[in-house]
Amino acid sequence: MASLDLIAEDGVTRPATDPAGQALALRGMTVSYGGAPAVFSVDADMPPGTMTAIIGPNGAGKSTLLKAALGLIPRVSGVVTVFGRPIPEARDRIAYVPQRASIDWDFPTRVIDVVMMGLYRELGLLGRVRARHRDAALDCLRQVGMEDFAPRQIGQLSGGQQQRVFLARALAQKADIVLLDEPFAGVDAATEAAIVAVLKGLRDAGRTVVAVHHDLSTVADYFDRVLILNRRKLAEGPVAEAFTEAALSAAYGGRLATAARDRNAG
Amino acid sequence: MLLDALTLSLGYNATLVAVGATLLGIAAGVTGTFLYLRKRALLSDAISHATLPGVGLAFLVMVAFGGDGRALPGLLVGSALSAALGLILVQALTRHTRLSEDAAIGAVLSVFFGAGIVLLTVIQTLPSGRQAGLDTLLLGSTAGMLRGDALLIAAGGALVLALVLLLRRPLLMVAFDPDYALTRGLNLHRLDLAAMGLVLAVTVVGLKVVGLILIVALLIIPPVTARFWSDRAGTVVALAGVFGGVAGYVGAALSATAPALPTGPLIVLAAFALFVVSLAVSPSRGLLAALLAARATRARVHLRQGLVTLGQGLPVHEGYTRRLLTRAGLTRPDGVPTEAGRAAAAAALRDEARWRLLRRETGTEAEALVARDDGLTDLAGLLTPDQLRALDARMARPAGVTP
Amino acid sequence: MGAEFVPLSLTPILIGTFAAIACALPGNFLILRRQALIGDAISHVVLPGIVVAFLVTGTVAALPMMLGAGAAALVAVAGIEAVRRLGRIEPGAAMGVVFTAMFAGGVLLLERSDTSSVHLDVEHALMGNLESLIWLDATGWGSLLDPAALAYLPPELGRIAVTLAVIVVLLAVFWRPLALATFDEGFARTLGLPVSLIGLGLVAVAALAAVAAFDAVGSIIVIAMFICPPAAARLMTDRLGVQVAWSVVFATLSAVLGYVLAGYGPLWLGMQDAVSAAGMIAAVSGLILAVAAVAGPRRHGAAGAGRAQS
Repeated sequence: MASLDLIAEDGVTRPATDPAGQALALRGMTVSYGGAPAVFSVDADMPPGTMTAIIGPNGAGKSTLLKAALGLIPRVSGVVTVFGRPIPEARDRIAYVPQRASIDWDFPTRVIDVVMMGLYRELGLLGRVRARHRDAALDCLRQVGMEDFAPRQIGQLSGGQQQRVFLARALAQKADIVLLDEPFAGVDAATEAAIVAVLKGLRDAGRTVVAVHHDLSTVADYFDRVLILNRRKLAEGPVAEAFTEAALSAAYGGRLATAARDRNAG
Repeated sequence: MLLDALTLSLGYNATLVAVGATLLGIAAGVTGTFLYLRKRALLSDAISHATLPGVGLAFLVMVAFGGDGRALPGLLVGSALSAALGLILVQALTRHTRLSEDAAIGAVLSVFFGAGIVLLTVIQTLPSGRQAGLDTLLLGSTAGMLRGDALLIAAGGALVLALVLLLRRPLLMVAFDPDYALTRGLNLHRLDLAAMGLVLAVTVVGLKVVGLILIVALLIIPPVTARFWSDRAGTVVALAGVFGGVAGYVGAALSATAPALPTGPLIVLAAFALFVVSLAVSPSRGLLAALLAARATRARVHLRQGLVTLGQGLPVHEGYTRRLLTRAGLTRPDGVPTEAGRAAAAAALRDEARWRLLRRETGTEAEALVARDDGLTDLAGLLTPDQLRALDARMARPAGVTP
Repeated sequence: MGAEFVPLSLTPILIGTFAAIACALPGNFLILRRQALIGDAISHVVLPGIVVAFLVTGTVAALPMMLGAGAAALVAVAGIEAVRRLGRIEPGAAMGVVFTAMFAGGVLLLERSDTSSVHLDVEHALMGNLESLIWLDATGWGSLLDPAALAYLPPELGRIAVTLAVIVVLLAVFWRPLALATFDEGFARTLGLPVSLIGLGLVAVAALAAVAAFDAVGSIIVIAMFICPPAAARLMTDRLGVQVAWSVVFATLSAVLGYVLAGYGPLWLGMQDAVSAAGMIAAVSGLILAVAAVAGPRRHGAAGAGRAQS
């Protein structure tokens, strides 16, 4: 049984759900940048067809957890599975939308070229770009309302437009799981609404969406599940059950007053 | 011979050169620290390579006016002027075009160097240029140096060092915290300029001793080395000066012992040796320390996870965690916890429960404590026995519950 | 063009041009990755590489020299990576530490060993000897079809031509992953691309170009061609493919114009001897960059280009 192997590697056994039934399952994830752990022993389950927000105060390790889950940074301990398989065997099933700020937007390339990058695993090293590939890329741009921008240089886009292009690239990957790092950071309201609509569409089609998120007031509107993090996992589950005053208080501490107000307002 | 060299008993010129190289090394180390902390270390590479066309032009000008083209003061003035031009071009390229600083540095250093080589070949074709020996400025050469030149180097080294010491306070402030420096009314632009001026001075004085290709090493290696030993600005600057000075002194002294031992490379290699030792053994940032710390963190994380698992009455499967537990005497080789293991597991669970409770509490004191929870810190170590008893009393359920 | 063009100028110009293009091609990606100075570092460590190769083999044959230089380049790159990661030192400073130390080691070895009998000195390493790579067996353009004369082409021409071909093929084959990993490393990693290997491969190609070009034309051209033509091309366009094409044009222009100016320029000015072709080629590439920096249509980049409304 796959799950037994998983537990064996992890070193920590809990009465957790069977990872094989989860789109994304984390067990005992611990990450350290040399010193004390930045993320300690986090277990989490993201079931198929759900939309999860990873929330927590600044420096809680949200992006760190996401990057470690993808293998972008090394972990001290822990196991990640995608539909019960280790990540290297499931690359085709994951799409990743990095933080916008991590990119040199002055890079000499066009919007359409960026979206085509999402087709890399289909095209391979030397595969010819055919009309159907171009059409697929344009269709993804259309879904985020950016088809008119296809021939533009990426440096000419606004922050919100850049974020939509990144989402279009993820759509082009046709992945079962989409992981986004702060997709709403520094974008305009129209973009935020467009991105949420696309993500909800993905979820309704049975895909799994996981996003690092920082705006507590929109959690309940946008997402159906939540993972509250502050170095440790403090709560996890459907928003109605896990997004509680107590869990938020444990995560945000003194900042809870503001957090709760935001939540009530939202 | 070596002892003679190190005790400066190899003659007047050699002594002057050694003193000059030491002063130069100190000045370079201190100056380089400002550059390094501003993350612009390789700017000095552009500055040093950009001296070459100035040297060539100065030679041609001095010859044209009927003088001796080899006069060191004239060559140094020329080199300073063209290096300054190179620096201005690097800044213009970065500011007015999309090119990043590394591309601008590379472009300026290669083009100026190429232009300098063109001038050197022009000089070689002149009747007065055949014996110019300008190529010794590429790699430095102190063998058979004129007394006047040796004096100039010693005096130049002393002068640069004096300037550096004079400006060190404001420069340090800019290097470590530019924003704070601004609020204190310091002119950032002017101080950056001053730092570049010092780099220029070090380069020019160093041309004859270390050569323009290697002078950059004296500006980079000592600060990097010093950074291994301290996080405090003043200490880093002082240590960089010491390392630079030691490298200059040892290199110059060694090179005086035999004709085929070029000064510049020896100084650089001496600095590099100090770097390698520091990289290996520095207690806070060295390789050995980092390796040990990473291993220790890994072991602590797995040990803790293993104990929590045992506390829940579940078996540990992972090999590494099992070995750790057994080696610590917490489990028998077959994975069954020993007496000590059961106690440690119960303690780990109790600690987890205490943290959980604390996270639910409000108040600044509790929050300050919770911020220190990294999964590996024992709460008992952070509280007084009284506080701990109070916390335990508040716990709704006893520790060590198996779900 | 006179009959002496083919024997005296054709081969040096070709060699210079091939070397310039071979360096400019990987240079495009080095600049986009903010690794422009890797080229500088590599070209500095070629000297210790060939000195060690000479000390080990005792010959100055091209192959061991090139192998030594290539090995030194890889040692330098590995050293820079190690210092940067293990010592947590910023990349520029890490480079400065490693390549200066290796260069110093090379000079010291050179001075300590008896290499006076062979043509191996620092000046040669820097400037190369482009002017001497002539084709004495050629009598005119007809010699290009004459097998007997072709057999005596300078061997450097064949080496740099093969190197250039290898680089072009490698770049064409790995264009897509290279561009992807350069643009968005994290995303490339999630696709399963071996990002570190791609980075290392690029540096290895740069080292190959540096070593082959160095063999023919010396270090100065190598550094200048890694940086100046791609940097100028960067100011001309916002398309990667177009940028690479521009860089090839600029590299060719620098090599041809630089060689001609070095050979004939002094004569026009009334001087008798030619000046260093390598230096002149670097200088011309700098002039091209200067023109692009003042008048290139895309010199300001995204920040200055004005943003579209969101």
